[in-house]
Amino acid sequence: MTDGAVTGGAITGGLLDAGVAAGRLAPDEYARNFADLHPPLDRHEALVAADRCYFCYDAPCLNACPTEIDIPLFIRQIATGNTIGAAKTIFDQNILGGMCARVCPTETLCEQACVREAAEGKPVLIGQLQRFATDAAMAAGRQFYQRAAPTGKRVTVVGAGPAGLACAHRLAMHGHDVTMLDAREKPGGLNEFGIAAYKTVDGFAQAEVDYVTAIGGIAIEQGKALGRDVSLAEICGGCDAVFLGMGLAGVNVLGVPGDDADGVADAVDWIAELRQAGDLAALPVGRRVVVIGGGMTAIDAAVQARLLGAEEVTICYRRGKEHMNASPWEQDLAASKGVTIRHWLRPKRVLADNGRLCGIELEYTTLADGRLAGTGETLTLAADQVFRAIGQSFVADPLAGMIALEGGRIRVDAEGRTSMPKVWAGGDCVAGGDDLTVSAVAMGRDAAESIHRFLSL
Amino acid sequence: MADIRSSFVGIRSPNPFWLASAPPTDKEYNVVRAFKAGWGGVVWKTLGLDPHIVNVSGPRYGAIWGADRRLLGLNNIELITDRPLQVNLDEIKRVKRDWPDRAVVVSLMVPCEQACWADIMAKVEDTGADGVELNFGCPHGMSERGMGSAVGQVPEYIEMVTRWVKAASRMPVIVKLTPNITDIRFPARAAHNGGADAVSLINTVSSITAVDLDTFSPEPSIDGKGSHGGYCGPAVKPIALNMVAEIARDAETRGLPISGIGGITTWRDAAEFMALGAGNVQVCTAAMTYGFKIVQEMIEGLKNWMDEKGHADLASFTGRAVPNVTDWQYLNLNYVAKARIDQDLCIQCGRCHIACEDTSHQAITAMVDGRRHFEVIEEECVGCNLCVNVCPVEGCITLEPLAAGALDRRTGRTVSPDYANWTTHPNNPAAAAAAE
Repeated sequence: MTDGAVTGGAITGGLLDAGVAAGRLAPDEYARNFADLHPPLDRHEALVAADRCYFCYDAPCLNACPTEIDIPLFIRQIATGNTIGAAKTIFDQNILGGMCARVCPTETLCEQACVREAAEGKPVLIGQLQRFATDAAMAAGRQFYQRAAPTGKRVTVVGAGPAGLACAHRLAMHGHDVTMLDAREKPGGLNEFGIAAYKTVDGFAQAEVDYVTAIGGIAIEQGKALGRDVSLAEICGGCDAVFLGMGLAGVNVLGVPGDDADGVADAVDWIAELRQAGDLAALPVGRRVVVIGGGMTAIDAAVQARLLGAEEVTICYRRGKEHMNASPWEQDLAASKGVTIRHWLRPKRVLADNGRLCGIELEYTTLADGRLAGTGETLTLAADQVFRAIGQSFVADPLAGMIALEGGRIRVDAEGRTSMPKVWAGGDCVAGGDDLTVSAVAMGRDAAESIHRFLSL
Repeated sequence: MADIRSSFVGIRSPNPFWLASAPPTDKEYNVVRAFKAGWGGVVWKTLGLDPHIVNVSGPRYGAIWGADRRLLGLNNIELITDRPLQVNLDEIKRVKRDWPDRAVVVSLMVPCEQACWADIMAKVEDTGADGVELNFGCPHGMSERGMGSAVGQVPEYIEMVTRWVKAASRMPVIVKLTPNITDIRFPARAAHNGGADAVSLINTVSSITAVDLDTFSPEPSIDGKGSHGGYCGPAVKPIALNMVAEIARDAETRGLPISGIGGITTWRDAAEFMALGAGNVQVCTAAMTYGFKIVQEMIEGLKNWMDEKGHADLASFTGRAVPNVTDWQYLNLNYVAKARIDQDLCIQCGRCHIACEDTSHQAITAMVDGRRHFEVIEEECVGCNLCVNVCPVEGCITLEPLAAGALDRRTGRTVSPDYANWTTHPNNPAAAAAAE
């Protein structure tokens, strides 16, 4: 974990400005605050870290990885000076291994499973070693995969996020022609728009898209949203198979009075705005910020608000610490950056003064017979900015009722097949997932193999 | 408090830890630093005739490493001292005068001519040094000139030169042996027959540490070429222990004092050498890796262990392991042990399983009731100890002997209380013939 949250000495003029204001920090503080959360390992650090791997049999880390990267093998390759070979081992299973090395909650996946976590409470630095290897291969411009002879089959991939990119790469590898349709102005999905800036610096998301699509046979059409610009029927009519990986377009609302007040915003939108901001100093942030929610999005929004110079940032979550979707590591990160996390509080009313957001009234909650209930006692927090981070939802309208859902998301079988012939799906838009980048990659890859089998019949 | 004062062939030192003849003992400066750090004695780096030899100015050392780049084995192609003889003699004299309580032994290597040896012995005697060590061990460079291991590989030469040296001087003579020989007992017997007061071993093992895969030069590489060096450090300790034990238990050399050398890094290594019959020990690589301060750990560690075990002085444990070194044919074939895994200590790495499954006896589970679980299958376990050796957690897997009368579930037989070895085993054709 990096040191102190908001760097700098004396309080600058902008720090105490009321309301939502830009330029709270001195110019050089932005670069420092949004620098790489985990600076890359240098060669010596990587060798020391790699030496700690025991090369376990049926390794628990491997089994904990949704993409089943052969972690002991790639670490052994790093240890023996075969860093490029290590990268191939990673990319064989996960072509977005570079991003996953940065954003995976390794502390709850491979590194939690690491036997050295059991032995000493200090796992092998698997995530950082993965980054060491993948960075080396990408910096060297090494491409490990060639397209098979063209099959003449065309596949449309909807959504150029992690699931779509993984699917497209594997399909291209098998010789199919892939057209990706993406609603945004840039590819990458949540990798580009939905992750805290300090986890993926220096335009890595776009560099990775370039690396993945360099295999050839993948065309990306930006600004093409399913339902808005093109219909499912049209897509299906123009290709041999379809993969849907459009993620979650909807955002849950607070459902309390004042939810629509000026100054209340969706955390996902603000995170995207921050990621795309050319000049962070120009991005306004409140002096007192309240984030409602308990997941990674809440943490990303809250931490970045602090890093932009918000004086007080409070996460309010309606249940206890142990119920939060954000990992303990992420919670500690937030705490280390000066974010206050409060539990057992749910929003009751957004407060405004002359149309200007001034606070939020929250009600204490408790569990009564296993169900969440208000206690009637309230708390008011001053706030000039409130972020909603209480979950996202799948917007099913573009499917026009043609595909079966389950719990509001697309129902798929073990291979990613939807109820509709020739249509597969994966990533956050399908039911039963865990909303992790790495899981989306696994689903996209596996759906591509299923599509390939289908197209090879 | 344990008394670790040492008297080796009459040479006294405050502890049994000497620095071996090597780069750390090449000069007064280094030796004084060593004595200040607490070393009990030194064997001064090998003196030769003038004009002094020259060394390469490229790399003299190569190495192999374990995890975290821990140096496990070091090889060198450095020759004997490359300073004029008189410079060394003057320094030796001064050091011995200034440090009378420490052992100062001088290593020697001159051509196999009696006059050469007689001449240099007189010069060394004049320094007041405590004794000499005949370098019949170095396998590199000097051996090409008929010295070092070229002598140590021919027992007749060893005996001849030892006899010359003993005739030329009253000083104790230690003969340093090369391990680059088929059976270490023959050179030891030769030294003994020549009148040596002691042998010291092992000198270094002929070795190439690595090959540069870009230049295809062996390491260490001098302008693209390499020559075999002498290998030492922790990696050679097992080889040295065996050779020490072989001499200690050989009927012809039993009782011949041994100075143990070879990968000694800690007090524990030293105690093991001494238990196998070494009267004292010599250290080089550990000092070259970590500096002279390690002797503090050795001194305190040895004392603490001796106190804990009730060994009042070095003699009370020296040689204690020698009677337990035997020939394979006398090992008790009725002894049965089984591996046991302490589930509380197990970290679930699975290495015991895969080692056993792939390369041994399929005697450790990987999965029990659908759960990752490593457990010994006694019906298959032959007690080979491989799992113990590959387990990363010390003490997690142990080899537990079965008591007499217990059932060995692998063979279906109960464990016999009797000792029985190969010499009388029914499968031994020689035993059957003897019975007839």
